[in-house]
Amino acid sequence: MEILVILIPVSLLLGGIGLAAFFWAMRTKQFDDPDGDAQRILTKDWDDRPKP
Amino acid sequence: MAVVEDFGRAPISACPACAVVPAAERIAALRAERDGRIMLSLPLAHCAACISSVEAALSAVPGVRSARVNLTRKRVSIEAASDVTAAFLIEVLAAEGQEAHELDPGLLSTTETDRQGRDLLMRVGVAFFSMMNVMLLSVAVWSGAEDATRDLFHWISAAIALPTVIFAGQPFFKSAWASLRVGRLGMDVPISLALILASSISVYETWMSGHHAYFDAAVMLAFFLLLGRYLDHRTRAVARSAAEELAALEVPRATVLEDGVEVERTISAILAGDLVLVRPGARMPVDGVVIKGASEVDRSLLTGESLPVWAGEGTLVSAGEVNLTGPLTVRVTAAGKDSSLHRMADLVAVAEGAKTRYTSLADRAAKLYSPLVHILSFSAFGYWMWATGGDLRYAINISAAVLIITCPCALGLAVPAVITSASGKLFRKGLLIKHGTALERLAEVDTVVFDKTGTLTLGMPEPVALMDHPQDAVAVAAALAAGSSHPLARALAEGARTENVMLAEVTDIREVPGHGIEGIWQGTRVRLGRADWCGAAPVAATATYLSLTGKTHAFTFSDRPRPGADKAVAALRAAGMKIELLSGDSPAPVRALAERLGIADWRAGVLPAEKAARVAELSAAGHKVLMVGDGLNDTAALAAAHVSISPATALDAARVASDIVLLGQDMAPIADAVRIGRQSARRMIENFVISGGYNVIAVPLALVGMATPLAAALAMSLSSITVSLNAMRLK
Repeated sequence: MEILVILIPVSLLLGGIGLAAFFWAMRTKQFDDPDGDAQRILTKDWDDRPKP
Repeated sequence: MAVVEDFGRAPISACPACAVVPAAERIAALRAERDGRIMLSLPLAHCAACISSVEAALSAVPGVRSARVNLTRKRVSIEAASDVTAAFLIEVLAAEGQEAHELDPGLLSTTETDRQGRDLLMRVGVAFFSMMNVMLLSVAVWSGAEDATRDLFHWISAAIALPTVIFAGQPFFKSAWASLRVGRLGMDVPISLALILASSISVYETWMSGHHAYFDAAVMLAFFLLLGRYLDHRTRAVARSAAEELAALEVPRATVLEDGVEVERTISAILAGDLVLVRPGARMPVDGVVIKGASEVDRSLLTGESLPVWAGEGTLVSAGEVNLTGPLTVRVTAAGKDSSLHRMADLVAVAEGAKTRYTSLADRAAKLYSPLVHILSFSAFGYWMWATGGDLRYAINISAAVLIITCPCALGLAVPAVITSASGKLFRKGLLIKHGTALERLAEVDTVVFDKTGTLTLGMPEPVALMDHPQDAVAVAAALAAGSSHPLARALAEGARTENVMLAEVTDIREVPGHGIEGIWQGTRVRLGRADWCGAAPVAATATYLSLTGKTHAFTFSDRPRPGADKAVAALRAAGMKIELLSGDSPAPVRALAERLGIADWRAGVLPAEKAARVAELSAAGHKVLMVGDGLNDTAALAAAHVSISPATALDAARVASDIVLLGQDMAPIADAVRIGRQSARRMIENFVISGGYNVIAVPLALVGMATPLAAALAMSLSSITVSLNAMRLK
């Protein structure tokens, strides 16, 4: 059972990373247009070079 | 935090027109501040190709710095130089085949509601993170962790759950406190009680090395309820912004002539006796008498008349009419509160006052549920105190378990999930639900009342049998019409263009305001315009007349029905609805349309007050009326009806008074709305039954003290997931 000493902090850390990623996504407005973002990957507009 | 009122709704203004005026002023101020920003609504955008074509077309316009489509909200925000107008961009998009409407760039209010939504979503995320972690530890306890390990896991759970409950539970605590302070037992009181009781009893049990801790239940409760609250907030945010959203196109300003000098003034500063200049294309800001100029005015929004009316010296005009061809100078007889526009608004206020406030299904359920939960929990506490001879710890444990299990997890999700799913479906079809209970009310509708001009028809005339006229006549008429902005002339020119008519060579074309257009063709004078001016005998239909080498021709027009109008009417009739057509227009065009759409029950020449009275009469007879209208003359009827729909092209007051706005031109979605409304009401009731069913099984277990944290977690998550899945079944 000593492994718990490592496993519990690891699971909390991983969860914490997920939470931090969620905070980042909220702050940078990643959830404002889910439908549009889903469609945008289908456009061919900037396939050859990155958008300036 | 605006989540104070638990199942509250966006406030309804008692008088839509009053609500519109300050809004319009605010918009004007806002526009002046940040004129570089334009927002357009794109009701038809739906795919990747739409995004790229819209963005490419807009970016190609000189002066546009950036254009970004938001497909979820079906709008595009444009950063542009201040000389780029929304009207021009709308034309650019029309050429791309995209319908667009200007939106109020009320950015201040949108970011404000977004901030609240984001705040809630953040709490949802935190609750989700904690739920997952606490659950991981709880599963270990459930599957048999003992003694020190169990205690350790409980302590770690406490360390995660307590901050989460404090942070994520705030919306509930605040609203529970607010409702307790005014002496009401809102839905949030049992929720807060359950959260607090579950956390504190679990801490105590952990301290005492007890077997059961409810940290997972507390966090799960917070998560599911926040999710329901967030969905509810999103629906209401849409409802709140909808009224502001579609731009108030008329800014309440007028051009006043002071000693022959033109001065811009707000309407509230205009007094009776002032002289007001109204340019062609502008709306009359006041009631008055024409003292100079000749023109034609379009009264369709006020009265429903489809044919423009001649106006010259001495003609009485009312606020809200549109001046069509020539500039008019008007002496003000009534402005502001006394104007006919305002009297119409008063009519709406009366109708809204008489409208019974509809209590939503969720409200009714909450009213029943809240006291029941408290009574159950307290009587469980009392009983076990008595039965165990005063074992406080055991009794509190039982009453906490009862509170946790009965907590309206599914109830809090049951309605928001259905409404979100349904309004999402309808939004994709081009309908904006402004009011939370609109869907439930729509489900009860059995009678549909339509307005004609601008609702069933587009308010755009189209020529009838144009090519039956001699070719010369058509060619000359089209050439004359090409130079005018009069609606009939534009329709004639458009009709000739689609028939590929070669325009005749007419010279010296000049428009005579209020009469028509004249020119020289092959050395003779030709005229297109009103019957008396052309020397023609008037016919009993909407028509314009051509005098050509001594002969006259009458070009007749019919109003173009809105696309999908026939489909909508047929589908509504198939759904068992009684359909009526009430129009302020003259009998001939109303009958023509009624026959074309197969509506047996029609009335023409109906005054605004009569429309509202007819709706009230139907309601009094026990019918639930759906009113569909766009004009100011429909506003009172829209407010009086059980539920109402107006197209996006409708006047502000009409849009504010209605519950649902039709964003596109197509009318067919109205039939879908009724169908989806009925379906969603059914789903809501099913959801109540489902969550009630779980309670019927789990509550007795909790009452006899057999509910473990595992049972609570199972009941809660299963019922929440089932109601969400049931809500998704909407087609």
